[in-house]
Amino acid sequence: MKWHILHPLWVGLGVVGLIILAGRFLVPDDFGVHGRNFTYGYHRLSSLQDWKDFPVKYQGRDSCIECHEENVRLNSASPHAAIQCENCHGPAVNHADSVQSPSVGIQSPSVGNQSSSVGIQPLSVDTSRELCLRCHAYLGYPNSNRGAMPSIVDRTHRRRRECSNCHNPHDPGEESE
Amino acid sequence: MTCSRRDFLKEAVGTTAAAVLPSAAFVLLSTDEARAAVANSKVRYAFLIDTNKCVGCGMCVRACKNENEVPYDAPVTRNWVERYIFTKDGKIHIDSPKGGRDGFTDNNMYGEEIDPDDIAKAFFVPKGCNHCDNPPCVQVCPVGATYQTNEGVVLVDRDWCMGCAYCIMACPFGARYFHPVHKVADKCTFCYHRLNKGLAPACVQSCAFGARRFANLRDPDDPVTKIITTQRVAVLKDLYGTKPHAFYLGLDHDVR
Repeated sequence: MKWHILHPLWVGLGVVGLIILAGRFLVPDDFGVHGRNFTYGYHRLSSLQDWKDFPVKYQGRDSCIECHEENVRLNSASPHAAIQCENCHGPAVNHADSVQSPSVGIQSPSVGNQSSSVGIQPLSVDTSRELCLRCHAYLGYPNSNRGAMPSIVDRTHRRRRECSNCHNPHDPGEESE
Repeated sequence: MTCSRRDFLKEAVGTTAAAVLPSAAFVLLSTDEARAAVANSKVRYAFLIDTNKCVGCGMCVRACKNENEVPYDAPVTRNWVERYIFTKDGKIHIDSPKGGRDGFTDNNMYGEEIDPDDIAKAFFVPKGCNHCDNPPCVQVCPVGATYQTNEGVVLVDRDWCMGCAYCIMACPFGARYFHPVHKVADKCTFCYHRLNKGLAPACVQSCAFGARRFANLRDPDDPVTKIITTQRVAVLKDLYGTKPHAFYLGLDHDVR
């Protein structure tokens, strides 16, 4: 065949060859089919470990009870029992880590406004009226669970005052101390 | 047609090279390797969302943003809560201000104040990634940066994603977004880091009403799996054929 017909073919093949060669060097070794099938499972295996190593922020009530037993017990017997402590108190992150090793400074991820220091990192509790209104503002939705919530009309109920002035958030049946 | 020995050899070598070169791009697996690659996992995670229970407090959105370091004030979120209000004049009002991050504390929708007496029905629908069995977002990724794990969780490899945003376009649920800090596609990870430490996903843990729950569908004794397998559940956008694995109780047909 004529050279001018074959020439683009060789150039094309050369480019394909270069791409494959570059891929051999640039693609990580653990790239492959690791998932449940070939269509969706092709990925870099160490990416799984990257996600497993992501730091946990919300530790959960079981972690709070280790030190704050009294508050957790009071709260667990109240209508607010289903609410996690950290919903109002903020994510604990490594709030309690320094109990065991007080010399370790807190290296907090970008959560809240926790500056690094030694010792127990105080959590900033959210006592705002807006937090309570998330559930307890009257909207009038008769066939939704929201309609079953004990609720107030924001405009008429003790305007602009914090709920915790009168109500105890740990045990809303009781008045605030 | 005549053909010299020299031409014959040239073309033979060229043709062989052309045939062999592309095959270098493929990886050959042994039978055992291939079987292991598609082996059924003992775990398949799924969400169960009860729209009857949701009160629209938005704590799931806030917890997700804090837990997963999603920029708090940027207009992006991995999960969200939608509000549907059907007024007696037949109109449907739908909103989700800031993804419901700050809850729903009044009936002001896009500047229009809705009188509670005009409401025929109203409810909240928590949404997020459905961790589909046939995830279209994974199909379209040109570089293999997003994938499905053995547990059915769809993840993004932040080191490998180049930010082309095909997957964001491909997701029919709008569950993906472009991460403004990492400059990659981002989505719900089912709190993969928490699951692996035996913790519930942040949205599930923070929900005080049990509206968001999760299940291992391969475990027949899982109480949430029992609900999914024995009660009437629905999924969003069934007709897309993506086989979503976020199951809904009490889903209205007007919810899209």
